[in-house]
Amino acid sequence: MFMKYIKDFIILSREQLDERNVLLRLRPTDGQMPECKPGQFVQVQAPAAKDTLLRLPISINNVVDGQLWLMVQAIGEGTKAICGLSEGDSLNLVLPLGKGFSISEATGRVLLVGGGVGIAPLLYAGRALKEKGLTPTFLLGARTASGILERELFEQVGKVLITTEDGSLGERGFVTQHSALQSERFDKIMVCGPKPMMMAVARYARQTNTDCEVSLENMMACGLGACLCCVEKTVKGNICVCTEGPVFNINQLTWQI
Amino acid sequence: MADLSVRLAGLSLRNPVMTASGTFGYGFEFKDFVPMSKLGGIVVKGTTLMPREGNDYPRMVETAGGMLNCVGLQNKGVHYFAKYFYPVLKDFDTNVIVNVSGSDPDNYAECAAVIDTLDHIPAIELNISCPNVKDGGMAFGVTCEGAASVVKAVRAAYHKTLIVKLSPNVTNIADIARAVEAEGADCVSLINTLMGMTIDIERRQPRLSIGTGGLSGPAVKPVAVRMVHQVAKAIKLPIVGLGGIMTAEDAIEFLMAGATAIEVGTANFIDPAVSGKIVDGIDSWLDRHGVSHVSEIIGAV
Repeated sequence: MFMKYIKDFIILSREQLDERNVLLRLRPTDGQMPECKPGQFVQVQAPAAKDTLLRLPISINNVVDGQLWLMVQAIGEGTKAICGLSEGDSLNLVLPLGKGFSISEATGRVLLVGGGVGIAPLLYAGRALKEKGLTPTFLLGARTASGILERELFEQVGKVLITTEDGSLGERGFVTQHSALQSERFDKIMVCGPKPMMMAVARYARQTNTDCEVSLENMMACGLGACLCCVEKTVKGNICVCTEGPVFNINQLTWQI
Repeated sequence: MADLSVRLAGLSLRNPVMTASGTFGYGFEFKDFVPMSKLGGIVVKGTTLMPREGNDYPRMVETAGGMLNCVGLQNKGVHYFAKYFYPVLKDFDTNVIVNVSGSDPDNYAECAAVIDTLDHIPAIELNISCPNVKDGGMAFGVTCEGAASVVKAVRAAYHKTLIVKLSPNVTNIADIARAVEAEGADCVSLINTLMGMTIDIERRQPRLSIGTGGLSGPAVKPVAVRMVHQVAKAIKLPIVGLGGIMTAEDAIEFLMAGATAIEVGTANFIDPAVSGKIVDGIDSWLDRHGVSHVSEIIGAV
C-alpha cells in the first residue's frame, strides 16, 4: 500500500497544448516527490472559483526528474481555474490515489489506446513498459490533428498509430477503425478515453480474446474510498473507482459489450 | 493548552471533534492524514442488519457551496462489520461509534444488539434521518411517532450510549428531539443532510440516479447552527452538532449554539487532514480568548 500525502506543489511550467488542454509541470515544494504508479491519479484543490468545493481528480501524465506532469482539460469552473494558473503558482494535491495499470504483469505486445485528453496516463504507462523492456504501441485518437497531444513524446517511447475523425492526421475515423486492429494482434490492451470509445475497444478486446484494462473517470468526492460516491457496477457489486480503480480489467465490469 | 475534554452522557471524549458518518469511511482510509489519537471520536459508515448495495451511479453532484449525495447506505451489513472491520477498529485510540440504520424498528434493534456485544464500541448513532433510502431511514425521523418507535425498540436492545441523529427535513426539529429524549436516547446529533434536487437542463433529467439527494457542505451550516440552537433550548440531552463545518471557527459556532461535541463531514473530502486541524484550531482559539475549559463556551449563545 502506497503512503498517501497532502502536498503543496509549485508550477514550474505551463504549456497550452491546444485550445482546451494545458500541461502543467509541477514540483513538490518540499522536493519530495511521492512514488506514483502509472494509471494512478491525484486530487487537485482548484483555486477559488465560483461553485467549486471538492477536489478534482486528474490522472498522472508523467513523473520525471522529481516532477509531476498533469494534463488538464478546461471543461468546468474548477478545471478552467486550474488551466488559468501560471508558472510560479502553487497547487495543493492529495496523492497518489487509486490502483494503476498492471504494468508488472504485462508481457509481449501491449497496445495503449487513448482518446482526447484520455491519452494523459498512457505516456507514463508506456514509459514504464519501455523500462521493463517492452515496446508499447500507442493508438491515439482525436477529432482533428491538433487534438493528438504530446505526439513527439509518445514517439520517443513506442510505435504511434493515429486516427482523426476528419482525417487530418493518421487514418480517418475512430480508434477502433484503425487498420492495425485488423492486421495485428496484441497480448494486452490498456485504454483511457471517453466511455463510448473505451466500450468499443473493450468489445474489440473481447472479440479477439485480448486482455484489456480501462481507466474510468466516475465523478468522485473524497478519492479515498470513504464517501462511496464514485462506484461502478462490477461482478462483485458496487465498488469504488477511486480505490479499486480507476483502472479495471473489463472482466471485472458489467458493461454490455 | 485549554482542557478540551467533554462528556456525552456516559461517553468521554478527549476533545469535541468527531468525524461524521459516511465521510470518513472506517477511519483507516484516513490513517495517512490524521492520527486517531488526535480525535474525540469517529462515526463509521451507516451499517444495517443486512448488506446493502446502495443506489445506482451517479450518486453525487457538486452544488454551490456543497454537494448532493444519494449513496443509499451501501454497506456490507453488521455481521460482516463485526467479523472483519471491528477487529481492526477495536485498537483505534479513539471512540469508535457505529452509525446504525434500518427499515423497521425490529431490524434497527437487531443491528444495534449485535453492536452492543462489541466491547470496544462505546456508542451508536441511530440514523433515523437518511434521505436516500426508500424503506425506512428518514421515514422514521420525520414524525414524532416514527422517531419514538425506533428509539424505543433500540433502547430495549442497546445498553451503551445511544445517540440519535435527527433529520432537518421536518416542520419542527425540537418536537422530534423531545420525542426521542422521552424514549431514553442519551444524546442527539444534528443535522443529517437536507433533501435536495438538481436537474441537468440539457437532458431534462435529474442529475442523481434516484432524483433527489442529501445536501451537505458549507451551504447548510446556517440551517444547522439554527437547529442546534433550537434543540438546545428544547431538551436536556447533550447535542452533537454537524452540518458544513469546515474550520475551527465553524466548530466553535456550533459549540456556542449549544453543541457539546461536533462532527466534521464533507470537509474531510476536501482536506483529509482537516479534523485534526480543527482540534488544534479550537485549542488555540480558547487560549487566545483566555478560556481554560471548552465547556465554558458550550451553549454560550
